[in-house]
Formats: sequence, structure tokens, C-alpha cells
Amino acid sequence: MNTTSLHSAHIAAGAKMVDFFGWHMPINYGSQIEEHHSVRRDAGMFDVSHMTIVDVTGVQAKDYLRYLLANDVAKLTEKGKALYSGMMNEEGGVVDDLIVYHFDATNYRVVVNSATKEKDINWLNKVAQGFDVSVTEQTAFTMIAVQGPNAKDKAATLFTEAQKEAVAGMKPFYGVQAEDIFIATTGYTGEAGYEIMVPKARAVEFWDSLLAAGVTPCGLGARDTLRLEAGMNLYGQDMDETVSPLAANMGWTITWEPSDRDFMGRSALESQREEGTQKLVGLVFKDKGVLRAGQSVKTSDGEGKITSGTFSPTLGHSIAMARVPKGDGSAIGATVQVEMRKNWVDVEIVKPSFVRNGKSVL
Amino acid sequence: MSNIPNELRYATTHEWVRDDGDGVFTVGITEHAQDLLGDMVFLDLPDVGDAVTTGDECAVAESVKAASDVYSPLTGEVIAVNEDLEDSPELVNSDAFGEGWLFKVKAEDPQEVEGLLDAEAYAGVIAED
Repeated sequence: MNTTSLHSAHIAAGAKMVDFFGWHMPINYGSQIEEHHSVRRDAGMFDVSHMTIVDVTGVQAKDYLRYLLANDVAKLTEKGKALYSGMMNEEGGVVDDLIVYHFDATNYRVVVNSATKEKDINWLNKVAQGFDVSVTEQTAFTMIAVQGPNAKDKAATLFTEAQKEAVAGMKPFYGVQAEDIFIATTGYTGEAGYEIMVPKARAVEFWDSLLAAGVTPCGLGARDTLRLEAGMNLYGQDMDETVSPLAANMGWTITWEPSDRDFMGRSALESQREEGTQKLVGLVFKDKGVLRAGQSVKTSDGEGKITSGTFSPTLGHSIAMARVPKGDGSAIGATVQVEMRKNWVDVEIVKPSFVRNGKSVL
Repeated sequence: MSNIPNELRYATTHEWVRDDGDGVFTVGITEHAQDLLGDMVFLDLPDVGDAVTTGDECAVAESVKAASDVYSPLTGEVIAVNEDLEDSPELVNSDAFGEGWLFKVKAEDPQEVEGLLDAEAYAGVIAED
């Protein structure tokens, strides 16, 4: 099985390890709920080095990414600005979702999911044919996400003066190479913080220093409840190659204008937009019980399914995302029924976003 | 390795039973079971006065990860449930054999407990999992 540079640190911290798509990763270090709260209330850190970093360089790097992605990298003008996008296939299904950092028109960095690594690399290379561009997997880094209201301050205790200066006043969704580390104001929790790429040789030392600075190690369990509270999609669960981004709350990531920009999947997406698709909504259930992925949802316009469901530690009740038919039956505030352990229970429809910056947005 | 107290009896479905005397038995889920389930979020317990039958579903332990049925290890009547779990389901994680108990049964036949596993036999069950 694959291991990250922090594997021994996880074992030393008493992590419960699981097989995560071929990676031996921590699911928790004792209590997933306590880890969740530490991110909402203070600062937590995640080993996310199983994710794949790909550098895209060359004279046609910009043209290539404008064709590859449904979102438009031409919107990125400032150095270090990042963009979230889906990567579609010809049929308009989602190959993966990713973050792309712009340095200049010939130099970008892309971060894709780990579970889809091989497929993604193949796809990036396939689409690159005919473009003067090189697509290079970057394997020199360990990636650590430090997230929470106190995350930036605690992480900064590890920074040199030059690094502190590099991140001073950096707004959300930017990244900067500062001496030997790459620091980005991105994340997957709905809290402020950094995702930091550290040279592998420094990984354990960096992790231990964060630990000493009072940052709580958090596993994939807390990562999942945090991202779901924040209303962020998980690839393979909330969308995949068979799902339109329009049916996965990713419509905002498709840049339709200029209309003459050809991008992978464009004509399929245009037909989907015209014909209409299902939609991804949020669900809230305040009684005893937990909404789970795969449960059926009955609306007055037909049936749908829960794509992700969990107990929300911040809210103290269950939340979920579900894909349902469009219509009055799935309007915000509507009541639908979910089949939970052989009983149909009433559940309320909300926007698919539940918690931001430590607070309920319901 | 999970803690498996010698003085308790066990069911293969990971419930534990403590003999409180007078035909009354306390029931919970084992440390091994809570470890598999992860952080507890809800316990759906039977009502006091309910009749329970050996091997039948009588409660649900719902964790962040999954909902899991709890089976009654004995036949009898529920005479108490652990109301602290309503606000503090995490007691099942932190003290599975103590404050995390689920309910008490007045057994129809107190001898039935002899048919349950002892600690050694239960350790064998876990090892096979």
C-alpha cells in the first residue's frame, strides 16, 4: 500500500489507519468528533499528501487549460490566484474536480484527487495532445492542510520572516511559493487556513512543529464531516463521470462566456442545460437518526437519492446532500421523505451549505 | 487489543452482560464494538417495560460511521435504560463497560446467562473477525 512521508508520525500519534484508495491513511486519532470541533474552534491539520500535484507549463499552458476545464483560467490574472473547476469528458460528465493555481500564462499548478490519480493523469495527457505543453506530476512535496480560526496564526509560528511577508494580507484562494514551501489559502473545511506543500525531507519536522504549536492532528473522518458541513462535493460520491456538473451544484464553475471558447464537454453541457437536469440540494433532519449515502428521497416530483450524509458535529443533527428531480417538490424549505432504516421520515430541503467559519448558515 | 473484563458474559454480536443479582442483568456493547463503530451520536434504546427476546433487535447504536442493531442477549423485561446517553452518547466510547451501559433486563430465566460466552471465548470471536 502507498504511504506518505508522515506515515510514521501518524502511527506514533496513535492513528487508526485505513486503506483509502490504496493509501494507508489515518481515519482518526481517537475521536473524529473531537477532531472536527478542533477545526471549527481552534486549529487542526490533515495529511493530504495522497493528493496529486501536477505542474502544467509551456507556451500553450493557458490555451490547454482553457480547453481542458469548464471554468476559465483566463479569469486568473493575478499571480498565485487559484480557481476551482470540474474537468469534463466529451459527454459532459465529471472526470474530476480540481484546483488550479495560476503563476503566469505559461505556468500553472493543478491539484487533483488521489482516488482518481491514474485516470486523471491519463486524461490530462490525452487532452494535452496537440498543445505545446508539458504535464508533469510533482512528487517532491508532502501536503499538509492546516485549518481553523487559529490555523493561520499557529502555522505562522513555523514561517521565516520572508514566508510571513509572502502570505501577509493574502486573500482566500491564492497560493505562493515562499522559499522552500508553497503556501495556499485553500482548504476543504469551510474555515480559514492554509494548504502547505513542504519538501518531503522536511515533512515530519514540519508536522511535529505544528503539533508543538498546538495544532490538532485530524483524520479523514473529520475531513469528511467538515467538508459536508461546508457543502463541498466529494468526487465519487456527489458526482462522477456519469453525473452532469449541473446536477452536482457545480453550475457556478462552468464559464459559458465567451461563447466561442471551446472546452471539453461544452456541447454536451449546453444540451444538458437546455433539457434540464436533476439538482443537488441540502437536507436537514433534526430528529434521532442519521441520513446516509444511498438512501432514497421522495419528492412530489419524483424520487432522488442521498449522495452524502452524516451527523453534523457542529449542528448536533444530521445533514446530507441529495440529488433530486427539479421542481416545486425540491424547493428550499420543502419537506421530502427519506427512507431511513425501513421508515419514511420527513426531512427539510435547504441550500447545500450548512456551516461556515464555525457558524450555522441554516 | 481490546479490554475484555473477566467478570462479564458476552454475545457473539458484541453485547456484554453483567449479573447484578436477583435476576437483573445490565447490558451494553463491548469496547471492541464501539471501536469498530467509532464516535457514537445517537442511542435508540428500548422503553422501560418492553419485553425483549434473546437474539432480537432491541436497540440501535448510531455512530458517525453507521447505524448498528443491538440484539438482546437475554429474554425478559427492560426495567431501566441509561438516560445519560441521551445527552452523552460518547459515554459508550469512553466507558463501554461502565457508564456507557445501555439497559437493564429482569431475566425470565436467570440461568440463561450461563449460555453466553465467557471472556476467553469472546476474545476468540474477536480474533476471528
